[in-house]
Amino acid sequence: MRMSDAAALKVAGVTLSFGGVKALRDVSFEAKAGSITAVIGPNGAGKTSVFNCISGFYRPSSGQVLLDGQDISALRPPRRAALGIARSFQNIALFRGMTVLDNIKLGRHAHMKTNLLQAMLYSGAAAREEEALRRDVEERIIDFLEIDHIRNMPVSVLSYGLQKRVELARALAMQPRILLLDEPVAGMNREETEDMARFILDVKEEWGVTILMVEHDMGLIMDISDHVTVLNFGEVIAEGLPAEVQADPHVAEAYLGSGDPAALMKRLHEEAEH
Amino acid sequence: MIIGTAKESYRADEALLTTKPQRVWMAIFLAFLVIVPFSVNDYWLYMVCLMTINVVAATGLNILTGFTGQVSLGQAAFMAVGAYTVAWMERDLGTPFLVNLVGAGLAAAALGIVVGIPSLRVKGLYLAIATIAASFILHFVFVHWESVTGGNTGINVAPARIPGMELTTYFQLYWVIMPVTIIMVVAAANIFRTRIGRAFIAIRDRDISAEVLGIPLLQYKLMSFAIASFYAGVAGGMWAYFFRVVTPESFPFMMSIFLLAAIIVGGMGTILGGVVGAVFMTITPELLRFVVEWVSPWVPNAGTLLSPVRTIVFGGLIIGFLVFEPQGLAEIIQRVRRFFRLWPFRT
Amino acid sequence: MSDWLFFIEVSLAGLGSGALLSLTALAFVLIYKATQVVNLAVGEILMLGGYLFFAFAAGMGLSPWVAIPLAVIGGGIVGGIVERGIIRPMLGEAAISVFMVTVGLGSVLVGLVELIWGTDPRSLPNFIATAPLFLGEAYVSRKIAVAFVVAGIVVTVFLVLFRFWRGGVALRATATDQAAAYSCGINVPGVFSLAWIIGCATAAGAGVLLGAISGISPTMGIFGLSALVVVIVGGLDSILGALVGGLALGLIQSWTGTYLGGEYTSVVTFSLLIVALMIRPYGLFGTHEIERL
Repeated sequence: MRMSDAAALKVAGVTLSFGGVKALRDVSFEAKAGSITAVIGPNGAGKTSVFNCISGFYRPSSGQVLLDGQDISALRPPRRAALGIARSFQNIALFRGMTVLDNIKLGRHAHMKTNLLQAMLYSGAAAREEEALRRDVEERIIDFLEIDHIRNMPVSVLSYGLQKRVELARALAMQPRILLLDEPVAGMNREETEDMARFILDVKEEWGVTILMVEHDMGLIMDISDHVTVLNFGEVIAEGLPAEVQADPHVAEAYLGSGDPAALMKRLHEEAEH
Repeated sequence: MIIGTAKESYRADEALLTTKPQRVWMAIFLAFLVIVPFSVNDYWLYMVCLMTINVVAATGLNILTGFTGQVSLGQAAFMAVGAYTVAWMERDLGTPFLVNLVGAGLAAAALGIVVGIPSLRVKGLYLAIATIAASFILHFVFVHWESVTGGNTGINVAPARIPGMELTTYFQLYWVIMPVTIIMVVAAANIFRTRIGRAFIAIRDRDISAEVLGIPLLQYKLMSFAIASFYAGVAGGMWAYFFRVVTPESFPFMMSIFLLAAIIVGGMGTILGGVVGAVFMTITPELLRFVVEWVSPWVPNAGTLLSPVRTIVFGGLIIGFLVFEPQGLAEIIQRVRRFFRLWPFRT
Repeated sequence: MSDWLFFIEVSLAGLGSGALLSLTALAFVLIYKATQVVNLAVGEILMLGGYLFFAFAAGMGLSPWVAIPLAVIGGGIVGGIVERGIIRPMLGEAAISVFMVTVGLGSVLVGLVELIWGTDPRSLPNFIATAPLFLGEAYVSRKIAVAFVVAGIVVTVFLVLFRFWRGGVALRATATDQAAAYSCGINVPGVFSLAWIIGCATAAGAGVLLGAISGISPTMGIFGLSALVVVIVGGLDSILGALVGGLALGLIQSWTGTYLGGEYTSVVTFSLLIVALMIRPYGLFGTHEIERL
């Protein structure tokens, strides 16, 4: 699938508050089908909050999340996962008591049908479903991500970079239409970052998955993303092609501060008044 | 990791017992279970049956607490529900005993779902304490709902019947209790070969991310409660046929602690752990009795020491395992197996 | 006697046992606040306090006024040993594992007491005058009145200490963030030990008071379960919750025991617990922790 103009995912006017603090204020952007959209911004800008609103962990106080035009704002997280919203987590959220293989298999949960009775009897249907899952995971995901050597290891013994890769594998097992990647290369060295960049591009090209990515590594963003949205203090301050965003003086200011204490104080006061 | 276990097919890889030695040992073990009732006296047969009943209850609790991470101190109360259900069905309905056992499981499961409802809002210790509360409330119901439970005096249970005979001796009951137990343990192991078992473990390890990954928390937590209570109910039902009387004091709160201790000592989150733990914790007090009998020529009043010593050893085992061997006996067994796999070439 | 007067007497008795519940609940809260451990053995430490007093006063014939401090100190020593011996090695383990360690500890303590003193209930030597006390026209048992006053004073002292004393602040800091408190120069292991020593000493003291009122037996640790209800309802980390919750539960148990019958107290207590958990899962005065992904 190639990138098209249709928005696969649309965040429309989302506002999220915790007590009196507004973590997100009227945030709107969209991810075009088959594209890689990067969400960037300084720490605390609300990037992960946006992801949490999309996957349903947070309930915004107003605004909508639309998946292929369908409003999913009222759905609970598991329903959204079943509809094809998959994600990886900023602070790795693998299940420590399971092997790599089981962690990946878990991702398929929402698409499987085995019920309790079939499970207890390990009936033909259950066995067939497990076998098909095993084949799919082995042949499409584990091979693709080059993690066959670790498949039977407990996740807790893996290096950080490999854990991130297993998280991606689990997200792929969810049969995603939208893949949310929360800092997929944070803490990785150059080589691991390049591997991950290649995997992300392959996922987009070969699997036709729409990707939404939070990342701090500007090099990676410039290299692989098709579109960039910049958040600061819970608001969208810029968006466009990577090169446009990079050239935008507002973005530089958001990241570095203006260097002018008076302007900074003014902005803080404005924030306080909101 | 074991080398040389490459499988021809994914199905073989997903089997319950994956290596040939495993299958051989299992066959030997099953043969042993067939021989047991012919080769031990009534006392030991009684012990084996009791162990087996505890294995079912502990395995159920292990699914809930060891695999799903929802700590319950109410397992004994659900056993009581199962026992009362059997007693009541025998007395008032006269249905066949296998139906009664299933009924016991279902009644306990239904109640387990109700007790599990707080698990969506409260976690960890708070949930454990909610289950304590539930067991005391159930105890109250057992005492006061006299038309069904017979109040403080309880209910006498008619012997289990199959066409043509009544099952009254331990020998006869063994042939019911043991197969039911094996089926239930295998069913428990099967759960963890499928998506349902994986969902349970995910909830234990990190419930909020499990939800985002597509697992409806309430549904699966309640399912885990239902399964655990079903196991408790069937165990309690077998208990009722075994002891033939059920009273409110048959399943004291201490029994819930006993079952939790059994899975801690055996190993939480492994099927083997629940089985080994229940066997070990049932047999230890009996072994202590032999110790006390053995020292009685030298120690005055040794008999009166038995009960306190049991209490101390029981607590000591819980502490010792949690501090020194938190993975339980199952982990020790694995270590021994790994040792012998390479023995005598490497030690 | 008028119904109204009777009601007041029942309520006063309830407040008395409620104060003991508060005191026992305080032991839970002190330990939980510093170490995030719910110590189910508080009830058994309480029992041990009663038996220590019995051993010193009746066994060794010491004056009650010597035996009381000795029992309290004994409870504190046991607390210190337990903390160093089996709680500290569990640092970093799941809360529920540590909880189960304390369940095991309770079992060991019950066994030890049965081994040394046997299973029969005993009564403590009298050290509180038996002459009844009258508040206006209402009769109150003097023992219960004394228990109420002592428990009330102790809980209030802790409430004040926690607010203003440096050690109390250190304890609160440790509770909020162990690593941060450590890097601020707070002796975290010291705070842990101190909390266990003081918590267990408090429980032992409560045991002496409870034993004076209703005698001692190896099963009296069950009182700890009622106190646990108090802390769950009041909030595991709230001294105020322990105070208010203890008095409230004491009243409720006294009322149900008198007007409905003794067998209803535990069912009412635990129903209350479940209702409270459903409405406020972290207690009336407890702190709610926010979950993050």
